[in-house]
Amino acid sequence: MPKDYLKGVADAYDVVVVGSGLGGLTAANILAREGLSVLLLEQHYKLGGMATWFKRPGGHIFDISLHGFPYGMVKSCRRYWTPEIADSIVQLHGVRFDNPMFSLTTTFNRNDFTKLLTTDFGIEKQTVDQFFDTARNMNFYDDQSLTTRELFDRFFPGREDVVRLLMEPITYANGSTLEDPALTYGIVFSNFMSKGVFVFQGGTDKLIKAMEKEMKGNGVDIRINCDVKKINVSKDGIQSIDVNGRTIRTKAVVSNANLRATIFNLIGKDCFDADFVEEAEAVRLNNSSTQVYMALHPEDSIPRETGDLLFCSTADRFQTDLLLSRDITSRTFSFYYPDTRPDKKERTFIVSSTNANFEDWTGMDKAAYDASKEDLIQTTLDSLEKYVPNCRERITHAEVATPITFRHYTQHINGASFGTKFEGLGVSRALPQQIPGLYHAGSCGIIMSGWLGTINYGVIVANDVINHLSSVANTSPIATE
Amino acid sequence: MAPEEIRSAIIDILGDIAPDEDLSTLDDAVAFRDQLELDSMDFLDIVMELRKRYRVQVPEEDYTALNSMASTVEYLTPKMVDVVAT
Repeated sequence: MPKDYLKGVADAYDVVVVGSGLGGLTAANILAREGLSVLLLEQHYKLGGMATWFKRPGGHIFDISLHGFPYGMVKSCRRYWTPEIADSIVQLHGVRFDNPMFSLTTTFNRNDFTKLLTTDFGIEKQTVDQFFDTARNMNFYDDQSLTTRELFDRFFPGREDVVRLLMEPITYANGSTLEDPALTYGIVFSNFMSKGVFVFQGGTDKLIKAMEKEMKGNGVDIRINCDVKKINVSKDGIQSIDVNGRTIRTKAVVSNANLRATIFNLIGKDCFDADFVEEAEAVRLNNSSTQVYMALHPEDSIPRETGDLLFCSTADRFQTDLLLSRDITSRTFSFYYPDTRPDKKERTFIVSSTNANFEDWTGMDKAAYDASKEDLIQTTLDSLEKYVPNCRERITHAEVATPITFRHYTQHINGASFGTKFEGLGVSRALPQQIPGLYHAGSCGIIMSGWLGTINYGVIVANDVINHLSSVANTSPIATE
Repeated sequence: MAPEEIRSAIIDILGDIAPDEDLSTLDDAVAFRDQLELDSMDFLDIVMELRKRYRVQVPEEDYTALNSMASTVEYLTPKMVDVVAT
């Protein structure tokens, strides 16, 4: 008989959280801290969603999305998790650009960027200041019609080199493009510019284990290998969920699954108003990614000056379609030095990330798919050679993740690695008006994406759930006075 | 709670949320955002702390009432009239 991953589970909970990405984990933790009974269900055998890692023989541990997040993570982790988690967050100092327009290294904060823009790029100090202030004052309820391209044109007309400096890292961080609303750029860019780029020292595995421990302490019932098939609703709202052949009653659901999958697969469009369905159908998914994971020989090392994050490109200019093209010209290399995991064996890893279209990786037979993956490794090594000489001889393990890989592990539609475009946020927020007790706290709207965005969105949604449950019933087991 | 007690309750919450800020010079008539380094998550934390400490609910559509100390106290006074100061 197969293992019963739901052994000992209760018949009913205050809240079921579907999915354990950082948004789901944080929502579950806040809800349990409030005294609610919480069941967390994850379809994969590991918690974390895209905040994940994998091991390979020889002591290799690869992180998928550890590099990097804004300083705001320190505050969010301290408040919504633990001081210990917050205290493990450290800064990455070497953010490097190398492309036909310029080559430079920066700490990626406002002071250093102001210096670079005024000296290296020759922009007036006043213009730079105005740009930073404009970006920092942007809010999610601002005018959406202004695009990021138009924002740049207003301050730096004709300066494609400046556009590239300002945009390339944000595209890496959340998949957004020059065609997206400027406010999404302004919010995310300003978050980074406040202090720079940070990571969790100890690796993604240590972070997720610390979060699991904290959730257990707060009473979250955590279950892995539990693939929720259906969220059952009536006209009164949420009734139950179907998982691993069982039905579990609940007053509320927080879905950390992809927004479209939540609406159309877990619930079904018949349960929503026609207008809402139309809006939800119009929500565009963000792109997927490819990554190449490379392990340096255990005895080998690379100099720190190589940088932590390297945005490299051979394209003449920054252009959205070029970034997604199967013919890759732009890559982001993450260099993970041994101090990523100070308590583990000394190892250096390099992860190359590129945004990608799902369609470019589907419809191939196995031989063509494997050849395509091998080609990606070889072209990545070609590109890396400039920064890590003789890298082919020095790398002992290399493997690829494609949009198909991301879809396999996350079940995101089309392997989407950054949730949805901006319009997804409004649809996500409107769910409880459609079905009382239904909430979504997954990556969406560009600004609620990335490690910090999803953690904060988990808190925002958890707050909504607490308000909802305390208003629907006096019998609700909200924290006793 | 009387308005003055509500004000001191808000000061306590702000002290926890923004420990580096000097709250003794706070101008009640001026927006929090114009004198303190508060972001949107900080405002959400104020709402969550009010619920946790005093069981006061502030629905999302009323968040604008938390603009300044004066507007916050004015908004909370009828809601917290039965809350006993501790």
